[in-house]
Amino acid sequence: MVKQRILSGMVLRGTKNMAIKDLPDTECILPGSAACPGCPATIGLRLVFKALGKNTIMVVPACCTAVIESLYPNASFDIPVMNIAFEAAAAGASGVEAALRKQGKTDTTVLAWAGDGGTYDIGIQALSGALERGTNFIYICYNNQIYSNTGIQRSGATPYAAWTTTTVEGKTEFRKEMGDIIMAHHIPYSAQACVSYPEDLYNKVKKAKSIKGPKYIEILAPCPPGWRFSMDKTVEMGALAVETGAWALYECEKDIVTFNGKSKLILEKKIERKPVEEWIKQQGRFRHLFKPQRDEKRIKAIEDYTSQVWERYRKCYLEK
Amino acid sequence: MKVMIDTGNYIAAKAAVMAKPDVVAAYPITPQTTLVEGIAKYVATGEFKGEYICVESEHSAMSACIGASATGSRTFTATSSHGLLLMHEMLHWASLARLPVIMCNINRVIGPGWNIWSDQNDSIAQRDTGWIQFYCSSCQEIFDTVIQSFKLGEHKKVGLPVMINYDAFILSHTSMPVYIPEQKEIDDFIPTFKPLWKLDVDNPITFGNIIGPAYYEKVRKAMQDAQENAKTLIPEIAKEWKNKFGRYHGDLLERYKCEDAEYILMSMSAIGAESKVAIDNLRADGLKIGLARVRTFRPFPSEEMIKLGKQSDLIVIDRNISIGSEGALFNETKAALYNKSDAKVHGFIAGLGGKDVTYQDIEKICKKVVNGKAKDFEWYGFEGD
Amino acid sequence: MKKYDVVTSISYPKKGAMGKTGSWRVFKPKLDKSKCVKCLQCWVFCPEGVITKNKDGTIDIDYEYCKGCGVCANVCKVKAIVMEREAEDK
Repeated sequence: MVKQRILSGMVLRGTKNMAIKDLPDTECILPGSAACPGCPATIGLRLVFKALGKNTIMVVPACCTAVIESLYPNASFDIPVMNIAFEAAAAGASGVEAALRKQGKTDTTVLAWAGDGGTYDIGIQALSGALERGTNFIYICYNNQIYSNTGIQRSGATPYAAWTTTTVEGKTEFRKEMGDIIMAHHIPYSAQACVSYPEDLYNKVKKAKSIKGPKYIEILAPCPPGWRFSMDKTVEMGALAVETGAWALYECEKDIVTFNGKSKLILEKKIERKPVEEWIKQQGRFRHLFKPQRDEKRIKAIEDYTSQVWERYRKCYLEK
Repeated sequence: MKVMIDTGNYIAAKAAVMAKPDVVAAYPITPQTTLVEGIAKYVATGEFKGEYICVESEHSAMSACIGASATGSRTFTATSSHGLLLMHEMLHWASLARLPVIMCNINRVIGPGWNIWSDQNDSIAQRDTGWIQFYCSSCQEIFDTVIQSFKLGEHKKVGLPVMINYDAFILSHTSMPVYIPEQKEIDDFIPTFKPLWKLDVDNPITFGNIIGPAYYEKVRKAMQDAQENAKTLIPEIAKEWKNKFGRYHGDLLERYKCEDAEYILMSMSAIGAESKVAIDNLRADGLKIGLARVRTFRPFPSEEMIKLGKQSDLIVIDRNISIGSEGALFNETKAALYNKSDAKVHGFIAGLGGKDVTYQDIEKICKKVVNGKAKDFEWYGFEGD
Repeated sequence: MKKYDVVTSISYPKKGAMGKTGSWRVFKPKLDKSKCVKCLQCWVFCPEGVITKNKDGTIDIDYEYCKGCGVCANVCKVKAIVMEREAEDK
């Protein structure tokens, strides 16, 4: 175990190819699940399980993963999973953790795995409570920026101007900055990651595992049916989100924020972030901003907003 | 055996702590507050050695209890009124999951407007959730029933959560002397918790994923069978308690002066206790009347109702109302008697909103029936009484 | 695997819980091992986990469960994996 941790510290911050070779073979999802082809949730979850291993109990609220588990009496997951009501993931996890602690099984990881609906909206109360109480667990939000499981309705994580079934002409509000809300809880560790950057995600989960107390990781999960792009482009969409600055990779450990990879370079202005247009024009959920004609006003609003977000990041997190 | 003089809530807290739950997750609400505060005091003294989670809502309280119970822990919580309503979704979850969470519910009026006194609409509204329901009418009964509930709910033939109800303030904040057995005697009475299933890294099951209709129906049938088993086990456990500790509050019902009764009064909780005084007075006036205090509302004691109906006409007092219909006890008693009895059944609504129901009120109700002046169903106090 | 007696919604792990999901495919990933540089991008990104890595660093695809999403072809820098219409293979 210790050797593995040193290895991950030294090796996994190296080049991409070297890093991936060192990822463990552990698989906790059995092939033949109910996931859509190209699903980012399973990409993310495979990596999460590689970092956490089989000594993990997972709590899953209503979300796509609750369906991906497949149908009774069969399950596609090879670790213990407790499904729970939509708003209750973090509260259920608090209970599981308390039970394990009473049984002296403090080495078993408690993982709450929820979508953005069960995290930003209906689940935010339970999450906030569990963080404030110091529950020793890892809460991971896989964020596809919609209520995906129920058929692509808008959530608090849906970006401005995105089509959803409940924002047919495009969402009129900007999304919540969940990362900021989490940081206001001053938990030992929180991070933003993306399925397109596997070593970064793996590192973050591994780090979270090594820390006691509440940890929160949010993974951007580009959803082919939800965002309206071809199912082979899941990884590409995630990378573009980071390269355009629509999504930032960072971690916050003991209230100190560090940006990672491309996001760090963008923060430090060592590279320019690509215009957000390059990301949104690839997704059918933003098609109405380009066809039948360009909606210059809204495209500019998205770009300006993104610039403002990064200016705020620089003000808050750049070393002076 | 020592005697503890304290309020219903502190007695319930003592019972809960003596049952040694591994996890308690609770949220305060008047008038349950002193119960959870009572447990917190035991945390401070070290008498409670389990995990005590101060959750941020009642919905989370039940969710945390579910998580803990699913991981193999004995669990306990308490709530009242709006808190019970808020956890409604998770009450269903706990019983469908066959998790024996034990919970005290202090029967308090539902708002709006805000009302902290006693009626039973809160717990009656949960009668379809699959929880076993008891209604207590003394602090001694609260203590005894809480302990017995752990044994009942966790029994392998039951495996269902249990709700122990008692009145806001009338019982929750009223002190009575209670005999408390020794800790070792409680340890011997309740077996070690052996969960029917659990989350276990050595046996990785998935709980609660998508289930098709035919399979789901089987889950429901199994719950129904479990409550039927409870009907047999409740009297057994009550008898065992009586043999060990000398106290007995009835099992599914508590019968009082029913032997030669022409009329039997049926009521629950505090009105049930008050009814005994009324029965004594009515008997002194020459009426052949007895009391069947309903202790167990779920499983509904249908067979007991039929036995009562064979000997007497029935008078039912409900401290609850299903708007658009009748009181729950009245309604379900008639359903139990259908085709099985000629007994006449009269129903009364009394005490809603916490309105005081004294033994004089109960005597008036009974006399109205006996004198042939009562309608089939009446709201006491609204008919120009 | 211990099975519990209680009748509630408990499910047990099974490979192919939704059946042989290879039948979902419209496009099939065709692998040219001679082009493969063993970068393992396909292995790490396969949403279904049907790409296995061999001891020599090469990979294999389990076509019984591969859903044909094409992520592997998309991330393969040397185009060792190419998506072909399922029918063409027959």
